[in-house]
Amino acid sequence: MSGRNGSQPQDNGIEAQGLVREFKGGIRAVDGIDLRVEPGEIYGFLGPNGAGKSTTVHMLTTLLPPPAGSARVAGYDVVGEGAAVRDSIGAALQEAALDPNLTATEHMRLQGALHGIPKAERKRRGQALIDRVGLTEAAGRKVGGYSGGMKRRLDLALALLHRPRVLFLDEPTTGLDIQSRTALWDEVARLSRDEGVTVFLTTQYLEEADQLADHVGIIDRGVIVAEGTTQALKAEIGRPTVEVVPTDHAGRTRVAELLEPFGELVPGSPNGAAVRLDDGREELADIIRAFDTADVRIANLELHAPGLSDVFLAKTGRSLEGAQAEATGQGETGEQPTFEGSSA
Amino acid sequence: MSDADRGNRPPLLLQIKELARRSVMRTLRQPAQIVPATAFPLILLAINSAGLDSAANLPGFPTDSYLTFALAFAFLQAGVFAVIGTGQNLAEDNVNGFFSRMQLTPIRPAALVAGQLAGTLALGLFQAATYIGVGLAAGGHIEAGIPGALVLIALATLITLAFGSIGLIAGMRASTPENVQGLFPVIFVFLFMSSMALPRDLIETDWFRTIATYNPVSYMIEGIRSLLITGWDAEALALGFGCALTILLISLTVATASIRSRMVRT
Repeated sequence: MSGRNGSQPQDNGIEAQGLVREFKGGIRAVDGIDLRVEPGEIYGFLGPNGAGKSTTVHMLTTLLPPPAGSARVAGYDVVGEGAAVRDSIGAALQEAALDPNLTATEHMRLQGALHGIPKAERKRRGQALIDRVGLTEAAGRKVGGYSGGMKRRLDLALALLHRPRVLFLDEPTTGLDIQSRTALWDEVARLSRDEGVTVFLTTQYLEEADQLADHVGIIDRGVIVAEGTTQALKAEIGRPTVEVVPTDHAGRTRVAELLEPFGELVPGSPNGAAVRLDDGREELADIIRAFDTADVRIANLELHAPGLSDVFLAKTGRSLEGAQAEATGQGETGEQPTFEGSSA
Repeated sequence: MSDADRGNRPPLLLQIKELARRSVMRTLRQPAQIVPATAFPLILLAINSAGLDSAANLPGFPTDSYLTFALAFAFLQAGVFAVIGTGQNLAEDNVNGFFSRMQLTPIRPAALVAGQLAGTLALGLFQAATYIGVGLAAGGHIEAGIPGALVLIALATLITLAFGSIGLIAGMRASTPENVQGLFPVIFVFLFMSSMALPRDLIETDWFRTIATYNPVSYMIEGIRSLLITGWDAEALALGFGCALTILLISLTVATASIRSRMVRT
């Protein structure tokens, strides 16, 4: 299997080293990032608006040349083998880039023709993808009348038409309702699981990265501040906390006594007590046994695991929500690619 | 099997055909692009021919029907709408990211240019046929007969394509479709500074006549007008076709270069 230029692809992964994109005024939207995405995995690229997510995607998809650093996508160099990269990837960029005057079927036909897919295959695969993303009924209707979720699903289907090995999704669920979001998550997970497609997913939703990604990279102000599996990142910044509220409010002191052997007591609910576990969530069963043995009845018990929001806070010193507000207030980091008008 | 495995670039003609199909459908499905672009020149024709009819009595006026004389201008006004319509469509593709989608395919700039102009061409043909039909129904005539009508459609279509190519340049340079719309008054003034309302030799104001003489629009109008009024005038037709072709070639060259540079990927 060789590319248009004859080079041999090594894998379906993504590798970037020292990737830089500088805009007018010397502002670095992307400031020397390194990342590695293994073939077939879902990589969540998490960060607030203006962090450099979309600019990174534009460089990895060959739409923007990186002035410094290097990257290989699906085994091809993004600068020297751009055409082979484009042949190997699919991309749904930040805005669902659709013609409101065309139907879903017509979009498929056009996209297939531009990729040079033979007519019969174009038709068969186009219909199959329309069915898969749940647009069968709406396939003959103009896209201008579609909901945001339907447009996103069509965008995804179009990105998959030429059977890409690597898929870039730039904030695919922004602005979608929970049902549309879940449907899209299911499809992305299926692509990775069943078809071995490598997915590079940018998002500003912690929940999305948590739910979908095998590995997460957190980018802030053009720099990757943390990278790893979601579990490892969470484990790195803290241990889970257990909070117990007894049925008898007067038993609060007793609850604290029972919890103390399991770790460090921390402030909790006024009606109960909380402890940061020394040995992680494995101790949960022991805690319940201890309360049972002591015959203390429990009204509520909650395990608070650290989330990616805690990771973001720990790594950047500010909350993701705060960073979003900051980006909105101050404008985006650096100049945007003039052709898209999307956020970095 | 991905395209990387196929190792072939898609055929240019297939890309042109599908982009042309999209362009035509896009035009046909936007009545707001068709109706004003077709009706406005007819309304202006009705007003001019009713209000300026007595101008046909001027000594040296080439015809006794001002309607026939003014009909030529309708074809040029269609050109103005071609600039705006084509430019807005391209700017819209730029703004909504459709252009970026196409960039990620093995598309050729030439296919994009030809494809985008197909809708303009379809609209131009429709407008030319409409103006001829309405003009004849309203009492105008075509001195060059049916063959002349066919040549007239060819010239009008060429003019529409030439203006449409200017629209491509505008669409590539404008950041929004609304910016392209802003060109309308500028182009309209340019159109009026020609032999639109009077034959050049009857324009008495020197500066106006000079501008009209250097304005290629005059020669395109006079080419069309020759078929309507004179019959077969080789010089007028050569100048009309020559000006339209020159504008088309220059605009296409600039538009293709703009699109090529916009489509630069790594």
